Formats: sequence, C-alpha cells, structure tokens
Amino acid sequence: MDNLTFAITLIVVGMGGTLLTLALFSFLMTILKRLFPAQEEAPPKKTT
Amino acid sequence: MLQAIVDGLLGLTRGFVSLHWSNPVMIAVGGILLFLGIKKDIEPLLLVPIGFGAILTNIPAAGLMEEGGFLRVIYEMGIATELFPLLIFIGVGAMTDFGPLLENPKIFLLGGAGQFGIFLTIGLALLFGFPQLDAVAIGIIGACDGPTAIYVTSKYAPHLLGAVSVAAYSYMSLVPIIQPPIMRALTTQKERTVRMDVETKPASKTARIIFPIVVTVVGGLIAPQGLPLLGTIMLGNLMKESGAVARLTKASENEIANVVTLLLGISIGATMEGTAFLKIQTLLILAFGFVAICLDTVCGVLFGKLMCALGGGRVNPLIGAAGISAYPMAARVVQKEGVKYDKHNFLLMHAVGANTGGQVGSVMAAAIMLSVLRGMGII
Repeated sequence: MDNLTFAITLIVVGMGGTLLTLALFSFLMTILKRLFPAQEEAPPKKTT
Repeated sequence: MLQAIVDGLLGLTRGFVSLHWSNPVMIAVGGILLFLGIKKDIEPLLLVPIGFGAILTNIPAAGLMEEGGFLRVIYEMGIATELFPLLIFIGVGAMTDFGPLLENPKIFLLGGAGQFGIFLTIGLALLFGFPQLDAVAIGIIGACDGPTAIYVTSKYAPHLLGAVSVAAYSYMSLVPIIQPPIMRALTTQKERTVRMDVETKPASKTARIIFPIVVTVVGGLIAPQGLPLLGTIMLGNLMKESGAVARLTKASENEIANVVTLLLGISIGATMEGTAFLKIQTLLILAFGFVAICLDTVCGVLFGKLMCALGGGRVNPLIGAAGISAYPMAARVVQKEGVKYDKHNFLLMHAVGANTGGQVGSVMAAAIMLSVLRGMGII
C-alpha cells in the first residue's frame, strides 16, 4: 500500500473512528445515568 | 606466568578497549535523564530508571543486553511480551476517577479530539520518509500516554522504543510549558472567560461500576486489537469503583505499579545503546513527538471552540486542551489558564472530565489504529 493511501486511511478512519466511538460512549453513559440515577442523600435522622 | 599476569591485566582493560565513541555520549545522556528526574522532578519514577538503564547498557563488554544478560531477561519478560505496560494500566485504571466525566458525558468528545495529533503526525512522519510502522510508533507519542506508546512501539517498531518512550514521558511532563501559548493563541479573551455550569448530575455507584464493563465490551467489539489496553485500564477502574477488592486495588496502584515501573524504566533505558540510539532519526522522533502534542492541543482547543459555538457559548474552549491523556497535569494547566482571565472561574472539574476522557480517548485511538492496520493487512 502506498504511503498516501495509508496516511489518508489512517487519518480519516482513525480520527473519525475515535470520535465516533467516544460519542457512542458518551451516549451510553447518558443512558446509564438515566437507568441508574444517583439517589438523593437522605437527611440525617434526628436523635433525641 | 608473566603471560598469565599480562592476560589478566588485559582483562581489566576490555571495557575501555571496547568503548565506542557513542557509549560515553549515551552515558552523558543517561546522566541528563537522571538530572531531569532527580533535580528537576520531571517524571522521576520513569526517568531515573531509564537514565540508569541507559548508563548500564552503554558500558561495553558487560553483555547486559546480550542473551542471558539481566537487562535482556527483564526486556524479554515484560517489554517483548507487552506485559509491563498492561500491568501499569491496571494501576492507572485503579487510580483514575472517571466521576467528573460521567457527570458530563458530552465532554468525552474532547478526549477524542485531543488524539487527532496522533494521526496527523503519522502523516507527517510518512512525508519525512519513515516506514509505515515506524510512523505509527512515532505518531503514538501524541497519545501523551506512556504505557500506550510503549505497548504499540514494542509491538510494531521495537527499535524505536528508547526514543519514543523518552519523548512520550518527557513531553508529558512539559505539558504545562507546551500548552498555554497554544491555548492563548487559539482563543479570544471572551472565550477564555466563559463560565461553565458548576451544578452537574453526579453518577450513581451502579453507573460507575457498569461504566468500565460497558466501555470494555463495546470498545473491544469495535477495536479488538486494542482490547489488552482497554481491558486492563477498565479492570483497574472496576476494582476501584466496586470497592469489593480493596486489597487488589491497593496492590495495583502501589506495589505492582511500583515494581513494574522500575523494571519497565530500566529495560527501556537498556534499549538506548549508543550505536542504535545516536542517529538523526532519534532527533526527528523527538521533534515529531513535540509536534504531535502541539497538534493534540490545537485540535482539542478547536473542538472546544466548536462545542462552545454549538452549545450556545456555555463551553469554555480552554477545556479542550485537557482532552489529552496527561492526567491530571493537563486539567491543572486549564484551571491555571482560566483563573488568569477570571479569578472566580472554576474550570477544574470540567477539565478533569475532559482529561479522563483523554485517557480513554488515547487508548481508544491506539486500539482503533491497530484494528485499522489489521484491517488493511499491515499488521
């Protein structure tokens, strides 16, 4: 494979692939947060 | 008898007689690395063993890197097998808090943009006539991530390991000097003072535990060639977040990481033998490493500006510079730059989010690159 094809393929697929994969992770994290929301911290019980 | 004494004395001159001009030069280079590590506090955990390894391997006639030599044994055991960088990654995962990233998952994208320098530098190295796999190893310096750079280089261009490792760790520690001028050049005063929301939704413990599993499975399916890297960092993080194996987590981030760092450093130094290291090629690799990290910063900040424009001006483009993997140094640089223009601007948590995104991003970029190379039949 010639260097130009090699470089362009790596730049396009590499950069695009990295960005798209992280976008997918970002999306999955958003879903995860919706599925498993953080619980509000219960106020401490008053003791007498 | 006299002859025996003469022969015995000659045995004591063997080291001096075998000395090549490059050996004293490399012993001096080893000394410089020791100076940087000990006196200047630049990545001492790595530069001290690397520097001493460089000194050891450049004392001729000792045969430390020959078959059976102790440095050769360590090299074959941990670098040739790629075991050392992977063990380090378990510790990295155990030490990394992905919480700020999970609070604002959009920031993940900055961790991708911060890796563009890798791919652009590969193109530049090819323009300068480097063979394809050498160019890949040079570009990976832009991951700003020592273990990833060592993993890829030891696998596909082991003859460049010394130069690539020294460049990767040296430039990582120079991030506070390299990044600020680029950040200032690419942003306006108004952009640098953008305040970001302090209130973000924290992730639950369950989400934090599922995160490394999801990333491993999805990332591994997309780029199987990089699964060792991704799997080990996520294993470390899973152990930390689960809290169920505190002893293993502690061992990963302390004892194991320390022992492996020592062995990794000394065996990298051992690859810096004078005749192999002192070449114009080494200087070019150091120069390309610098370019790679500059390009990472440029792309990260420009992507930050894009997010700022698309997000109605609610993203401070400076945090784009933290999209590289130098954790947590790049995040601190962003905070420091931010407060220069607005004393009450609190960018640190957002920058830490982008920075941890950069850690995952650098691993994913390497994984994708290796899988693309496999797909093209190069490896």
